[in-house]
Amino acid sequence: MSWIHELAERWPDMWPVLWLGTLDTLYMVLWATLFTVLFGLPLGVLLVMTDRGGLTPAPAVKAVLGAIVNIGRSLPFIVLMVAVLSLTRFLTGTTLGPTAAIVPLSIGAIPFFARLVETALREVDRGVIEASHAMGARRLTIVAKVLLPEALPGLIAGLVMTIVALISYSAMAGAIGGGGLGDIAIRYGYQRFDDYYLWATVVFLVIVVQLIQSLGDVLVRRMSHR
Amino acid sequence: MINAVGLRKVYRLKDREVLALDGVDLHVRQGEIYGVVGQSGAGKSTLLRCVNLLERPTAGTVAVDGEDLTSLSGARLRAARRGIGMVHQHFALLSSRTVAANVAFPLEIAGVGRAERRRRVGELLELVGLQEKARAYPAQLSGGQKQRVGIARALASSPKVLLSDEATSALDPATTESILELLRDLNRELGLTILLITHEMDVIKRICDSAAIMEQGVFRESGKVLDLLATPGSLLARSLFPLPPADAPGVVTITYPRQFDEPLMSELTRRFDVDVNVLGGAVETVSGQSVGRLNVGIQGANRAAALAYLKDKGLLVEESTR
Repeated sequence: MSWIHELAERWPDMWPVLWLGTLDTLYMVLWATLFTVLFGLPLGVLLVMTDRGGLTPAPAVKAVLGAIVNIGRSLPFIVLMVAVLSLTRFLTGTTLGPTAAIVPLSIGAIPFFARLVETALREVDRGVIEASHAMGARRLTIVAKVLLPEALPGLIAGLVMTIVALISYSAMAGAIGGGGLGDIAIRYGYQRFDDYYLWATVVFLVIVVQLIQSLGDVLVRRMSHR
Repeated sequence: MINAVGLRKVYRLKDREVLALDGVDLHVRQGEIYGVVGQSGAGKSTLLRCVNLLERPTAGTVAVDGEDLTSLSGARLRAARRGIGMVHQHFALLSSRTVAANVAFPLEIAGVGRAERRRRVGELLELVGLQEKARAYPAQLSGGQKQRVGIARALASSPKVLLSDEATSALDPATTESILELLRDLNRELGLTILLITHEMDVIKRICDSAAIMEQGVFRESGKVLDLLATPGSLLARSLFPLPPADAPGVVTITYPRQFDEPLMSELTRRFDVDVNVLGGAVETVSGQSVGRLNVGIQGANRAAALAYLKDKGLLVEESTR
């Protein structure tokens, strides 16, 4: 059990690194989540609305949106990150560091979240939508007061999945100097063969994911009245 | 109250066309309960959805309360729809809203203020007997309670017409009974005109003033229920009172379109010296009247005179065709 002694000895040096890495991860993921919801939610709503039999059927629009989403979904994140470097520089003025990483993280997660939104909205009982039409509701009213509230548990579950995926993507952002826990695992754990850092980041990541998932589960349960 | 003329609805599928309505005329009087009965696929559901333009008819016009809906679109159609309530087979309640908030929903759509909404929701829940469930969610209610919420919601915007899409088909018999009673009460107390579709003859029998039998997109028969029963060869009479086939010689089917207190059968025997043999029969209360149908074997020398006597008394007498 000598590793415990060694860990105890090294912990004072490791802790600040891990703590800063955690903060970097949360910083990247939370901002990226914000942008993902801001763009992914309307995109998902549009995918459902423009569908045949949707509120505003528009097969051409649906085809274009669907293609964009699929392109976004089919790029491996690490490739997408490199592909959008010039956009990242344009938006943040740099291609390095956690702030720069927010751009590819958001772009990678928007189509992912949009598909989850689409799936959640599709679960809403068509009868309820028909009933709203029969009551004389406008289409925007139906989106705001029927579709989104009825799908809320599914939307939150999808958001939690997206955040967890973003945490996983953010580890790759380390490769372009994004920082965060993933970066620490690669630089200290892999490149310097330091198992202590490797396993410590694993534990930290597990804790972060676990906390977010539990929080999400509680929210979903509270929102669901089925 | 509802006047639909020459309704046709054609659905275009990829490789063929489906004719859901093939020239239907529907006239529902102010204050009556009108039932359209037919099997699934007969076009009832399409017909009901054409009345509030959830489906736009391919041809024909629909007028509700004197307003031609088929000429409306956009905001004016939405406004017209607020004057037509609808209840649904599977209730179509919002699972994310409480009972009270569900009932308030059409009022929100109509832009009614919060205080007025609250007052109105209280009234409506009292009307359907669910005041104590105001804060419950639909998932916590029984089927019958859900349909009461559905009815309260349909009445929220004080419609003159209520459309009922198989409102009792997902309910058990006892609950069906109570929901039909509620509809009958609303019809009487509020003067509400109700158009309902159903596949259950029982619903027609219990609450409908008028009825239509629908098959393959057309009305086979339509009119006041009691008039239809008094019509020779009526499909409705045969469906409401299914009798076993009687192919014995000399059998007639006798329909009582209203209540008779006289002992007619024994009188036949006495007066005309014929043998009367009741082979099958049913007596039911229809539109508040006791109505019956009998298969009777009548034999004897004076058979023709006996039948003439019955017809004279106002009974419908049909020689058995089978």
